[in-house]
Amino acid sequence: MLTPRVYTEIPQRYRLEANKCKACGKVFFPPRLVCTCGSQDFEPYRLPTRGKIVTYTVVRTPGFVFKLQKPIVLAIVELEDGTRIMAQVTDLPPVVEDYSEIIKIGAEVELVFRKIFSEQEAGIHVYGYKCRLI
Amino acid sequence: MKVGIVGYGAYIPRYRIKAEEIAKQWGDDPEAIKNGLDLYEKSVPGMDEDTITISYMAAKYALQRAGIDPKEIGALYIGSESHPYAVKPSGTVVAEALGITPDVHVADFEFACKAGSEAMFVAYSHVKAGNMKYAMGIGADTSQGAPGDALEYSAAAGGAAFIFGTENIVAEVEYTYSFTTDTPDFWRREHEFYPQHAGRFTGEPAYFKHVLSCARELMKMAGATPQDFAYAVFHMPNGKFPVRAGSILGFKKEQLLTGLVVPWMGNTYSGSSPTGLTAILDEAKPGDRILMVSFGSGAGSDGFIFRVTDRILEVRDKAPKTWEQIKSDKRMYLDYGLYAKFRGKIILRPEL
Repeated sequence: MLTPRVYTEIPQRYRLEANKCKACGKVFFPPRLVCTCGSQDFEPYRLPTRGKIVTYTVVRTPGFVFKLQKPIVLAIVELEDGTRIMAQVTDLPPVVEDYSEIIKIGAEVELVFRKIFSEQEAGIHVYGYKCRLI
Repeated sequence: MKVGIVGYGAYIPRYRIKAEEIAKQWGDDPEAIKNGLDLYEKSVPGMDEDTITISYMAAKYALQRAGIDPKEIGALYIGSESHPYAVKPSGTVVAEALGITPDVHVADFEFACKAGSEAMFVAYSHVKAGNMKYAMGIGADTSQGAPGDALEYSAAAGGAAFIFGTENIVAEVEYTYSFTTDTPDFWRREHEFYPQHAGRFTGEPAYFKHVLSCARELMKMAGATPQDFAYAVFHMPNGKFPVRAGSILGFKKEQLLTGLVVPWMGNTYSGSSPTGLTAILDEAKPGDRILMVSFGSGAGSDGFIFRVTDRILEVRDKAPKTWEQIKSDKRMYLDYGLYAKFRGKIILRPEL
């Protein structure tokens, strides 16, 4: 039962809420309590929703809850402000022979709100961000 | 005090299936479907899309156009007949994701295909009553149609969101009216996957009686005739019904074409006429009047008369337009096997 963990991650999964160190300007996602510069003085910061693909991998034998979606593509995305996050790439063609033809390194993406997985037959649906090619 | 739409948005998934592909599966004549029902292809939700994610995207686009602080929205209502949960609101997820919570009234509405216009109706009424500054009404669906049923050619996915307010209005609401009776034309019992319908009974005593009665009364209230409207949009279960309803009322096809999204998108149930309205707002000129009449089985119609303002020219380019999404070059076509998998129409091994 993942429900309590999912609940606590809502600000990040739904709204991309990060925090920014007031002393050195470094952004943390998920938010941290102490910056690498030692400061504990942060301000709320919301990540931009556009970026580009830095790198990606194709997972052909994913975990149980992702089996129906296989293969799934996971990418490191560099957002417009330089923050890097990992996100699933969605809205891909259902049949792909060569992913390198579809997803180019540096390709522009937008973050979208999607169902990540469902907790078995009768559990909750877990929502959050993914990215898709623009 | 004038009340109207201050921001609007539509969202349509990128996947499609053509009428020919469905017809091939069931031995139907695709030309009969295309010519008889004016249905060419329909949108299909991705495996990670549902009413909640579609509602969020439409609402996000509406906020982009409205340019307001989401925290100022006092109510969020989602009308759908495919809410992902039987018990647990879709609206709480969407409100949380938009950053509207916790000072917000949230409810999910159901009334077959008019649940979206219901959400709009209540959101508008809240603002008109002075209960809140802004309220949002959304209509969205991942529509169900049983394998082999004629509904399978039309049941599609998409939605539209509207923020109502009193300042910076893009389309003022001039009149509203609802026409409702108890008419069992289409229903889905608890625990059933797919709806049932009463065949031809869904036409005259259901769709046409309610749509025509609602439109006539609304025009009577406004002292208007069809010539007074630049555009009209009626609920679109297929391409033929709304055109026939318009023709009976005295509208020309040119008044209907902009909002007639169903031939290329399908019937998005609660999102149908609301999505058609967004397509019209993408094109309408300041001063244009728009007649919108929804229909929900069971049965009822909600009607609105809007008048477009100058502000439409400032906001329409701030989010993706409806026809651009419908005819997007990002469309991806599915064969029937993939469509059945995407829509959960295959009985899976228990471990999946």
